[in-house]
Amino acid sequence: MDVLVCIKRVPAVGAEIALTPDATAVDTRHLGFTLGPHEECAVEEAVRIAGHTGGSAGVLTVGPPEADEQLRYAMSMGADHAVRVEAPVSDPDPEVTTAAVVGALPDLRPYDLVLFGEASADAGHAQVGFRVAALLGRPVVGGVKGVEVGDGRVRLERHVPDGVEVHEAPLPAVVAVLEGLNLPRYPTIKGRLRARKAPIRVLPGPAVAGGLRTLRLRHRPEARAETVVLGHGAPAAGAVVDVLADLGMVR
Amino acid sequence: MVLAVIERDGDGLTAASAEVLATARDLADGLGATVGAVAVGDAGDLPDDLVKRGVSTLHLLRHELLADGEPATVGEALAQLVTAERPVAVLAAATDAATEAMAGAAARAGVPLATACVEIRPGAPWEVTRERAGGILLEDAALDAPIHFCTLGTGTRTPTETAPSVEVAEVTVRTFVPQLDAAVPRARLVERRARAAGMTLATAPVVVSGGRGVGSAEGYAVLEELAGLVGGAVGCSRVATNNGWRPHADQVGLTGTRVSPDLYVACGISGATQHWVGCMNARAILAVNTDPEAPMVARATWAVIGDVHEVLPAIVEEIRRRSEA
Ligand SMILES: Cc1cc2nc3c(=O)[nH]c(=O)nc-3n(C[C@H](O)[C@H](O)[C@H](O)COP(=O)(O)OP(=O)(O)OC[C@H]3O[C@@H](n4cnc5c(N)ncnc54)[C@H](O)[C@@H]3O)c2cc1C
Ligand SMILES: Nc1ncnc2c1ncn2[C@@H]1O[C@H](COP(=O)(O)O)[C@@H](O)[C@H]1O
Repeated sequence: MDVLVCIKRVPAVGAEIALTPDATAVDTRHLGFTLGPHEECAVEEAVRIAGHTGGSAGVLTVGPPEADEQLRYAMSMGADHAVRVEAPVSDPDPEVTTAAVVGALPDLRPYDLVLFGEASADAGHAQVGFRVAALLGRPVVGGVKGVEVGDGRVRLERHVPDGVEVHEAPLPAVVAVLEGLNLPRYPTIKGRLRARKAPIRVLPGPAVAGGLRTLRLRHRPEARAETVVLGHGAPAAGAVVDVLADLGMVR
Repeated sequence: MVLAVIERDGDGLTAASAEVLATARDLADGLGATVGAVAVGDAGDLPDDLVKRGVSTLHLLRHELLADGEPATVGEALAQLVTAERPVAVLAAATDAATEAMAGAAARAGVPLATACVEIRPGAPWEVTRERAGGILLEDAALDAPIHFCTLGTGTRTPTETAPSVEVAEVTVRTFVPQLDAAVPRARLVERRARAAGMTLATAPVVVSGGRGVGSAEGYAVLEELAGLVGGAVGCSRVATNNGWRPHADQVGLTGTRVSPDLYVACGISGATQHWVGCMNARAILAVNTDPEAPMVARATWAVIGDVHEVLPAIVEEIRRRSEA
């Protein structure tokens, strides 16, 4: 089976997020970049499916040349081919990303499964996979933490607030996954070396503009009170239990 | 018309849908528009409830392919209703199912969708404020479209009980039968397994959570013990899940579970934003950390500076001592 995973380059922010002076983006000058955990699990799943069905696992990103770094990371995990659809910015509008993915697919091999994360880690629009499926007229299931491929069909475990649903879809299908689907592997040295030299196919981006435009980012207002230090080490236990008692959690 | 997409549990509105209706009414009042609602299936008790919330028309989506509530199919039906009715805005709760249906509907209607909005401001163009990066950042964005599709973050407003400024005497119920081709490939629901009853991480009143500082899978035994004593659940950071110390179901954060307990005990957790967004709605936080400069310590209500392997057993012992006294 041939599986494609759509991944996004996102800044790996720490405990504080700095913004650019014009506040339209996260200041990434001192940050590394990564792919989101949902997408990392999607890559792992694709590599496993390709392995046990004797197929292929591709990765696709819509972004600037810097996003090759994330494609190479996915290849170091075992993806065997990579495509980048050009976009001038690393955080394109969801309609633009959708058009780029849908526009690229006819140029690529026919995939049986196209995997997405449920939501991107930075913008969190939670929609690109579902848009792509709607425009392709293919089945889609989101919130997925279990994938079982069969003969022309896929069985999917979807996590919902009150339990688990099992959905079945004919292939080719689109799936949006959640972290917890599997435990992604760490790339091996051999994998890293192979990925460093692997070719990346570059396709032109779509000539469309989306209708959602970032004007400015702001920090969410936080009421920060001074932390009360109850003590140091084991001798602080008494003060901690006093607090728990005040809260009515212990006698 | 401002169209509100409604979800039900049993026969009643979900709390999130009640919030959506309140926002839809405020928006419609400002625009001099009416409020419509759309639901899948039978009317049930909805009309009586909706009239009090200022809804003038209830559209019921009816089709056998909608029976299992598959979000993508609901989205396809919603797109057809929206194309026929041309509402100025379509609002839904930011639940997974509604978001997925809205994304499919917006794509088919050829318009943008702003998700996780906390504010909507009509204008030329409309502007929204939405949550990003799990809610630690707010984004003001222009939403330039003939029909404004938005999902609303839950808990962002309290539905008002006051009467709508535009009195509605009666809800007109209209059935909308979408054209859904049975030959089109779709996902189908084949099985549903309910969660076992009992406390979950998301609803626990106390969460005792451990990160890298716990050091091993065995290290969580004392967290389990403490959680048991205070009637709470055990959580963890992504480092613990990635190391295989805890199942992913225990992970708190952006790509794990969002918790809002009365007390969050963060043991050996530094407080990266992706973890923080999962616990920032806790009423109080107790941090146990060797590093007094750790961001989690700075943001906590209370802190103990020390090694979890010494502090936690001492707390457990003190609770036992007092309960025996
Ligand atoms: C897109 C994305 C999504 C993510 N989603 C999540 C998520 O959902 N949830 C999540 O948790 N993380 C998530 N992460 C990872 C996150 O960025 C951090 O890497 C992670 O939260 C760190 O876990 P930690 O605090 O346990 O480890 P560290 O950051 O290594 O912190 C360990 C802390 O323990 C303290 N410590 C060490 N030893 C002891 C001891 N013996 N006693 C007491 N204290 C000690 C240290 O002082 C330090 O403060 C995500 C990352 C990305 C990029
Ligand atoms: N720029 C991008 N390039 C490739 N895939 C993307 C991009 N942005 C989003 N995606 C995919 O779409 C999913 C949902 O993204 P979003 O709708 O932005 O939350 C992500 O988890 C990715 O799988």
